[in-house]
Amino acid sequence: MRKFLHSFNRPAAQMPGYGWWGFVILASLILGALPSFLGLAPLFDLSVVLVLALLALSMSFLWGYLGFLSFGQTAFFGTGGYVYAVAAMNMGSTTLPFVLGITLPMVLAAVIGYFMIYGKLSDIYFSVMTLVITLIMNKAMRATSGSQYVVGDVRLNGQNGIPGVPALQVPWNTDVTLFIDQVYYLAAALVVLVYIGLRLLLTTPYGRVLIGIRENEQRIELLGYDSRLYKLLAFILAGGLAGLSGTMFAVWGNFVGPEMFGLGQAAEIIIWVIVGGKATLIGPIVGVGLIQYLTTWLGMQGVGQVTLVLGVILIVFVLVFKDGLVPTLGNLILRLAGKEPSRSDTKDTQP
Amino acid sequence: MVYAYQIAFSFSILILISLGLALIFGMMKVINLAQGEFLMLGAYFFVLNSNLGLPLWLAMVAAGLMVGIVGVIVERTVIRFLYGRVLDTLLATWGISLLLVGLVTTIAGPQSKSVPANIGTVSLGGLDVPGYSLVMILAAILMLAGTYALWRFTNLGLLVRGTMQNPEMSRALGTNTSMIYMFTFGFGSALTGLAGALLVPLFGASPTMGSFYISKAFISVISGGPWPIIGTISASGLYGVIDGVVSYKMSPVFAEICVLFVAVVMLRLLPQGITGRMRKGI
Repeated sequence: MRKFLHSFNRPAAQMPGYGWWGFVILASLILGALPSFLGLAPLFDLSVVLVLALLALSMSFLWGYLGFLSFGQTAFFGTGGYVYAVAAMNMGSTTLPFVLGITLPMVLAAVIGYFMIYGKLSDIYFSVMTLVITLIMNKAMRATSGSQYVVGDVRLNGQNGIPGVPALQVPWNTDVTLFIDQVYYLAAALVVLVYIGLRLLLTTPYGRVLIGIRENEQRIELLGYDSRLYKLLAFILAGGLAGLSGTMFAVWGNFVGPEMFGLGQAAEIIIWVIVGGKATLIGPIVGVGLIQYLTTWLGMQGVGQVTLVLGVILIVFVLVFKDGLVPTLGNLILRLAGKEPSRSDTKDTQP
Repeated sequence: MVYAYQIAFSFSILILISLGLALIFGMMKVINLAQGEFLMLGAYFFVLNSNLGLPLWLAMVAAGLMVGIVGVIVERTVIRFLYGRVLDTLLATWGISLLLVGLVTTIAGPQSKSVPANIGTVSLGGLDVPGYSLVMILAAILMLAGTYALWRFTNLGLLVRGTMQNPEMSRALGTNTSMIYMFTFGFGSALTGLAGALLVPLFGASPTMGSFYISKAFISVISGGPWPIIGTISASGLYGVIDGVVSYKMSPVFAEICVLFVAVVMLRLLPQGITGRMRKGI
């Protein structure tokens, strides 16, 4: 049991055990079987949770693996969505736009990351500057309502966003477009693959250096690694992941708007990750589900101000449940089973 | 003349929105992400006060004091527990920011409110400018001068600067640093609240107004670096010139993009801000 729980804990640089693989397979089976039991409407809602889970993973990858708190993942999320929308509407086909929706945010991340990381900005400067970047992108996008802001044949429409983003076509047969349930399958498959991929990345030499940087950056540099390069690559990878999430978001809703860059969206990512628990990769996925469910439920109850509730949740989690739900629950189960809670913080410090 | 006015106006807005934040940052190395919402609270308290019949200037000062009290409450109930955990403070203040937006929208509604200042236009070398914007420039200068005087010439200011430079040593010499932190946070919040009130006659008050200003405030504080007063003046000076000229020539949004661009490049060269290399300062 303990080993099972530990495999979810703060990413360890070891191959995950059988328990973890069993969990992944079980979860994939459940995700795969759900469409048989759910109608299209709940499936549609569930798809967006999976799409946003990719965004949460991109942030918790940086935060949990590198201790690198980027408030600006929405910058890449929004860029991905807009790039896909504009490219798909101009080109007619969607395969290349889908690829562009991932690669252009990576280029953007490389540029921003170069200035931030090679400048050796301190943690707090990095966090705040990434937030400022996404806020100014939001403002810039809102200012594009005039008819002179056209890319190819597509008007950017400022405040109103771009409606009618084309559905994703099957690459080898462009006459067939993905329907709601197929978008669900694609999103589910992407989440499972990204989750496995990020988890296994830790067992590679590259991943071990990342963990080393989180634990003691100076020591890693003294060992001869250029920590800036490792951080930059991680930032680019996370940017691509956020771009993928944004692209899928555009595919899911057939719509992109400047809110994708906005403060509200940026705050939600933080809340997902901190509620679920940043030390694990599964936590943020759980966090997305819980918070999305909560906001929908609050909306139906007629509670006007969801932000108020989200603010309280954020404060309470920072002050009281610092580790987030998944690690807290894990430790609780261990304690009930009469065992020491896993002290993950000290466990992984050996290089 | 147009440019001089534009630059002075941009400069004064930057000073107004970022001085309180810079003081808190210089003291505690913490960025208060609820800065925009403190501005918003100041604006709303001002609207409330003037609806109660207080004269304009008194209503503004009272709004500042009220936000100062809110700042002290926030510091005592949340920030106090997070000293030394910089990233957690960012997150907690973000939570406060969301909470305040939600709270004010619930109480006052989402629509924008305003109080006119009723000062006509002033002719300035052949150029008609709203008289109130001159008041704002004056207010920014007064705020800077007042803070400088308080920091530099009073006993309290000495304790504040001592705590800022070396908290352990100040504690060893008998300073109650916890109280100094509380005071600085409250003072910074009060300045921010006053700034928010000053913005109302020109720009109005709405629950989400904070997000219009925070990106500029954050950029100017981060570029300013660890010494709050010199840092704020130099960063606001630099960005005031860019912002004033570009927003007059092109558009305010484009000006903000230019400011961001300059800030990113400058932080590559001076990662700790303009005053980062200075050993002494204020």
